[in-house]
Amino acid sequence: MTYIGQSVKRVEDKRFTTGKGKYTDDIKLVGMTHAHIVRSPYAHAIIKSIDIDTALAHPGVVAIFTGKDIAAAGINGVPAGWQVNFKDGTTMKEPPHPLLVADRVKHVGDGIAVIIAEDLATARDAADLIEIDYEVLPAVTNPAEAVKAGAPQVHDNAPNNICFDWELGNPKAEVDAAIAASHHVTRLDLVNQRMAPNAIEPRSAIGHYDDSKDKFTLYTTSQNPHLTRLLMCAFVLGIPEHKVQVIAPDVGGGFGSKIFHYIEEALVIWASKQIGRPIKWTSTRSEAFLTDAHGRDHVTTAEMGFDKEGKVTALRVSTFANLGAYISTFAPAVPTYLHGTLLQGLYTTPKIHVDVTAVFTHTNAVDAYRGAGRPEATYLLERLMDTAALEMGMDPAELRFKNFIPAFDGVTQPGYQTQVALQYDSGNYEPVLERGLEMVGYENFRKEQAEARKNGKLLGIGFSTYIEACGIAPSAVVGALGARAGLYESAQVRVQPTGKVSVFTGSHSHGQGHETTFAQVVADRLGIAMEDIDIVHGDSDSVAFGMGTYGSRSLAVGGSAIVKSIDKVLEKGAKIAAHKLEAAEEDLEYAGGRWTVKGTDKSIGFGDIALTAYVPHDYPAGLEPGLDFSSFYDPANFTYPFGCHIAIVEVDADTGKVTLKRFIAVDDVGNVINPMIVDGQIHGGLAQGIGQAMLEGVAYDAEGQLMTGSFMDYAMPRADDLPSFEIDRKVTPCPHNPLGVKGAGEAGCIGSTPAVVNAVMDALTPFGIIKNLEMPMTPQRVWRAMHQK
Amino acid sequence: MIPANFEYHRAGSVDEALSLLAQPDVYTKVLSGGHSLIPALKLRLSQPGALVDIARIAELRYIRQDGNYILIGSTSTHKDIANSALLAQHIAMLPEAAGLIGDPQVRNVGTIGGSIAHADPAADWPGVLLAADAEIVLRSQAGSRTLAAQDFFLGFYSTALQEGEIVTEIRVPIPAAGTKSTYQKFMQPASRFAIVGCAAVVQVSNGTCSKVRVAFNGVADACFRDVNVENALAGKAPTAENIAAAAAQAAQGVSILSDHYAAEDYRKHLAEVYAKRALTVVAG
Amino acid sequence: MSVKISVSINGKKYTSEVEPRQLLVYHLREALGLTGSHVGCDTSSCGACTVLVDGQAVKSCTTLAAQVDGCNVITVEGLAKNGSLHPIQEGFKEEHGLQCGFCTPGMIMAAADLLQNNPDPSETEIRHALEGNFCRCTGYHNIVRSIQWAANKLKETNAAVL
Ligand SMILES: Cc1cc2nc3c(=O)[nH]c(=O)nc-3n(C[C@H](O)[C@H](O)[C@H](O)COP(=O)(O)OP(=O)(O)OC[C@H]3O[C@@H](n4cnc5c(N)ncnc54)[C@H](O)[C@@H]3O)c2cc1C
Ligand code: FES
Ligand code: FES
Repeated sequence: MTYIGQSVKRVEDKRFTTGKGKYTDDIKLVGMTHAHIVRSPYAHAIIKSIDIDTALAHPGVVAIFTGKDIAAAGINGVPAGWQVNFKDGTTMKEPPHPLLVADRVKHVGDGIAVIIAEDLATARDAADLIEIDYEVLPAVTNPAEAVKAGAPQVHDNAPNNICFDWELGNPKAEVDAAIAASHHVTRLDLVNQRMAPNAIEPRSAIGHYDDSKDKFTLYTTSQNPHLTRLLMCAFVLGIPEHKVQVIAPDVGGGFGSKIFHYIEEALVIWASKQIGRPIKWTSTRSEAFLTDAHGRDHVTTAEMGFDKEGKVTALRVSTFANLGAYISTFAPAVPTYLHGTLLQGLYTTPKIHVDVTAVFTHTNAVDAYRGAGRPEATYLLERLMDTAALEMGMDPAELRFKNFIPAFDGVTQPGYQTQVALQYDSGNYEPVLERGLEMVGYENFRKEQAEARKNGKLLGIGFSTYIEACGIAPSAVVGALGARAGLYESAQVRVQPTGKVSVFTGSHSHGQGHETTFAQVVADRLGIAMEDIDIVHGDSDSVAFGMGTYGSRSLAVGGSAIVKSIDKVLEKGAKIAAHKLEAAEEDLEYAGGRWTVKGTDKSIGFGDIALTAYVPHDYPAGLEPGLDFSSFYDPANFTYPFGCHIAIVEVDADTGKVTLKRFIAVDDVGNVINPMIVDGQIHGGLAQGIGQAMLEGVAYDAEGQLMTGSFMDYAMPRADDLPSFEIDRKVTPCPHNPLGVKGAGEAGCIGSTPAVVNAVMDALTPFGIIKNLEMPMTPQRVWRAMHQK
Repeated sequence: MIPANFEYHRAGSVDEALSLLAQPDVYTKVLSGGHSLIPALKLRLSQPGALVDIARIAELRYIRQDGNYILIGSTSTHKDIANSALLAQHIAMLPEAAGLIGDPQVRNVGTIGGSIAHADPAADWPGVLLAADAEIVLRSQAGSRTLAAQDFFLGFYSTALQEGEIVTEIRVPIPAAGTKSTYQKFMQPASRFAIVGCAAVVQVSNGTCSKVRVAFNGVADACFRDVNVENALAGKAPTAENIAAAAAQAAQGVSILSDHYAAEDYRKHLAEVYAKRALTVVAG
Repeated sequence: MSVKISVSINGKKYTSEVEPRQLLVYHLREALGLTGSHVGCDTSSCGACTVLVDGQAVKSCTTLAAQVDGCNVITVEGLAKNGSLHPIQEGFKEEHGLQCGFCTPGMIMAAADLLQNNPDPSETEIRHALEGNFCRCTGYHNIVRSIQWAANKLKETNAAVL
C-alpha cells in the first residue's frame, strides 16, 4: 500500500480527542512548586525600591528572587540568535534582555520578581504583598516616532532607538531613476499592524534540578527544544549542555511564538537549583498578551512604477520595523532577510530597493509570527497591485498576468534569480490565478457586483498572488546573513530487531501532524505498515539534535533528513540481504518491504534483515551489526510555494462592517504527502491572515499601556466570523529536495491578508479609490474611510 | 488567575439568602450565574469576604404569566429566556436579546437577575427592560419593593439595589395586541458586548405608531430610554421617512462613550443606524 | 474555610474538600488529574475549559468547584466508552477537526451541548454554537465538518449524544 498522497487519519488524534494529550501544564512532578512573576505595570520606569519582606513571610512562600539576585548570580540576558549589521558594517545594537529587571523596566510586562510557593494561589496571594516604588518615565511605542529627535530612549547605547538600518536590492539611485521615469507610480503608506500570536495553549515551563545526577530537566512549550537548550545553556546560564534535558511535550500551537527562548525558561531552571525543588510556571492569557513575542508591526512607504502597458518598472520600499524593547531570538531576520528578499513577488520587476530601519520602543518584543516577514512583503506588493490596477483603470487579474515571471521547473530550466538575492526554485504562476478566477466565477461576479451597486450594496473582490520562501534554510547562506545557528535538520531512523521502526526527528509537531505525515513517508520508503513506525520528537535526550519547526520547514528539511537516513538503512540492508540471498547487491531490488533477486522469486523481508542485523550470526564479513542511522540534511535552497487568494466581501454601507462572503485559495506547495493535513494547514493560515485583515491588532496607548490585552479587547476570528473556504491546489515539485515538497504551514497566512483588504477597497470604489484602509478593518475604520472622516 | 479567598454559602431559599447576606462585618456578595462576578474575582477586581450562591433557589427560577404580566424569576438563565415560548409570543425582543448574549456556555448559566444587578453599560438586559416598561422586584429582610426599570438603573454599574437586598423578579407587562418589539445589537468584535444595542417597541394601529419605546445599551455610561426618538415617531405613520427622521434624533443630549472600537461620533452614528433598523423591524 | 463537595464526574462519585475560591477547572486538573479540560484564557472567552454540568456546556474556569456540589459533571475524558471514541470524537478525527488539540476538548463538549439541543444543525447554526470557543489552528472549517459528521453518525445509529 502506498501512503504518500493519501489523507491518512492522524495518529495523534486519539489522545487529543480523549483529553489524554500531555501538555506542559498537565505535568506534575513530585515536590513541585509554582511560580508567579511580578511584572511591570509601566512601559518605562525606574524601579526605586522593592520590598519583598512581607511576601516572603507569607505562609507557603518558598522563595522570591528579584533582578538583583539575577545580577548577583552573574546571569546574562537572553541572546539574539541573528545578527544584522548597519549599512555601514557596524554591528547592530544588542542591549541585554535580563531575566528579571533590576533597574529600569522597558515595557509593560517586563519581569521584576519571581515568587515561588507551594501552590499557585499562594504565589499569587503573595504578589499582592510586594511593594514596588517606581519613577514613571515617558515612553514611545510607534517606531516612526521613536527615531525622531527627542523621543524617549529605550536603551542607553542605541541612539535614536535604532537597532540597525539595512538595505537590499539594486542600487538606490538606479531605482530612484526608474521610478522617476515611470509612466505611472502607485504609492501607499501602509501599517502592517502588530499581531498577538495567541496559540490557545499559553506558554509554560517546568524546571527541575536533580542534584543526585547534577542534571537539569526543562519541560517547555517550545517549537524547538534543542535550540532552547543551546541558547539557555551556552548564552544565558552557562551550564553544560549535556547536563540539561529539554522536553517539549505536546504543544498547543506555536505560530512562531514558541520558537524563541524566553526568560521564564531560564528562570525556572536556575531557581530550581536554588531551592532544590521543581518549579512550574504557566502563563496566563493576560501575561501572554504582554510577553509572547508579537508579530509584524511595520510602518512602510512603498512605491511601484509602471510603464504604459502596465509592466512594473521598479519598486521602492522603506520600512520602520518595530522590534519592541528587546531583541527576541530571530527578530532581526524578520524585517530583513525574510521580508526584503521577498519583494520580487511573482513579478518581473527589474529594479527593486528596500530600506529597513529596526527600532526599539517601549513595547513587548516583536519576532516571527506565522509567515514572518513574508506576509509583510506580500501585503505591500499585493496592495500595490490592486491599487495600481484601479488607478490605471486596468483589471487587477490582467495586471498580474502581464507581470508574472514565466514558468520554470528548476530542473531543465534554471531557477529564477531575483533582484533581492534569492533564487526561486521552481514556479508556474499563471495556472493558480487562472484556477482562482475560474473558481470564483470572475465574469459573473463582476456582473453581480454591478447589479448590487445599483441597489446600494457594496460588494468587492480582492486578489493576492503571493510567493514565499520556506524550508529555511541553507546553513552557509543564513550564516553569511547573520544567523548564529545552522538551519539544517537531523533525523535518526532506528530499525528495531523485529523490523519495527523508531524515527527520531529534530522537527517538532505542535499541530502539524508529524506523527502521521512523517510515518507516511517512512512507511512508503521502507514498504512497511504505518503502524510499525513511531515518530519521536521533542526530547533532547532521545533526539540527537534539532532545529525545530517554523518557517514551514518540517517536511522539506526534517523530512529530507529522514529520507537520508532511510537511504542509509536500505543501503546497509541491501548488503545484508545480498549476503543472505547469496546474490550480488546490484542484482537486488527493494519493493514492498522485500529485497528480491531480480528476475527470480528469491527474496527476503525487511523484518528478517533487521533481525539479522541485530543477531549477526550469518552476516557479511566486516559489516557492523545494527540497523540504525542518523543524518543531517542541510537544504540546497529555500523552497518557494506560491498561490492565488481571492476574497469576496460585502461592506455594510451604514456601519462599515465587513462580511467575508467567500474566500478562494489556490496554493502550490509542491508535492503533497497528506492532502487532508495540508488542507488543514491552509485553512488555519487563512483564518490568521483574514484575522489580521479584519479583526486583530495589538494596540498600545501613548503611555505604552496595552489596550488589547485580553480576548475581551483583542478580536480574534471565531467560527461565525468566517465562511467555509474554497481551496484547490496546483503541484510544481521542489527540484532540490528528495520529497519534492515545499511547505504549507504559512501559505494561508501570507497570501490571504491583502486579498481581503483589496476586496474592501474594491467594494468601496463608489466612494473613490480609498488607499488608506488600515488593518484591522474594524467597522469604525471602514466607515471613516468611506466618509473620509 | 486565581481569586482571593472568600467564604462560600449556598442558600436553599430566599429567606436563607437574605439572612446570609445580612451577616454583619463581612462584605458579602450574591453569586448567581457567576459570569460577571467570577471573572471579576479572578482578576481580583472584586474581593468580597463571602459569597451567597442563589443559583439553585428553586423559587427564583421561573417564567410564567400572571394576568397582564409575564414574571421572570431572577435566576432564570439567558437560555431559559431565549427558549421561552411565552415570551416569544408576547414580547419577542426578550428571547431575541437573550440569544445575542455572549455564547452558549454563558447563556447556559448567566442569569437576568445577575445581569441587571451588575448593570454593565454594555450589557443587553438593561435597555431591553427599559423599553419593556418592566418592573424589578427587590427583597430584603425588611420586605419587598418594586421599582420601575427606569428607577432601578442609576448609572455606570450602579443600581437602586441596597445592601442586603436581592433582585427576585422581573415583571414584564404584556403589550397590547399589535405591538411588536425587537432588539438589535452591534457587537464589539472581541467581547461581543454591545457597542450599540437598541430595544424598540411600537404599537401600530390605524396607520399610526403609538406606545413607542426606544432604549439603548452601550451608547452611554448607562442604559437610557431615548424619548426624543420616541416622541418623534409617536402619533406618526410608520413610513420609512418618519422612521428615519425619528432615528436621526437618537442619542441627542447624552454623554456618549468613546473607546478603542467606537469613538463618540461613530457611536452616535451607530445609535442612529440601529434605531432606524430596530424601528423598521417593529414599525416598518 | 474549605467546603465539602460531592460531585459525580464521568459517572464516578468524588467527595472532596475544596477552598471556596477553587475553580472547577483547577479542581479537575490539579486535584483529580483530569487534565483534558484546558485553560486558554483568563476572561472566560476561549472555551478550552468547557465541560458539561448536568448536561449543559459550562466554562469550568468560570465556575467554582463549590457550585457543582451535587451535580453531574462530564469532561472530555468521560465521552469514550469501552475504549471506542464517542461519535463526536470520531468526527473530529475523521474530518481533521483538530491540529494542536488544545481547543479540542472544549470544542467537543460545546458540540455535545449543541447536538443535544439540535441534532441536525446547519453550518450557520454550528458556527454560532461555537461562539464561545476559540481555535487558532483549524480556521474552524474542518470543525464544522467534524460536527456534521458526528450529527450524521448519531442519526444513523439512532444514538443519544450522552
Ligand atoms: C464571555 C462572556 C460574554 C458575555 N457576553 C455578554 C453579552 O454579550 N451581553 C450581556 O449582557 N452580558 C454578557 N455577559 C455577562 C453575562 O450575561 C452575565 O451572566 C451577567 O451579566 C451576570 O449574570 P450572572 O447571573 O452571571 O451574575 P453574577 O456574575 O453571579 O453576578 C453579577 C453581579 O450581580 C450580583 N447579583 C447577582 N444576582 C443578583 C441578585 N439576584 N440580586 C442582587 N444582586 C445579584 C452579584 O453580586 C454580582 O455583583 C458575558 C459574560 C461572559 C463571561
Ligand atoms: S479557560 Fe475557560 S474560557 Fe478560556
Ligand atoms: S486545534 Fe489548536 S487551537 Fe484548535
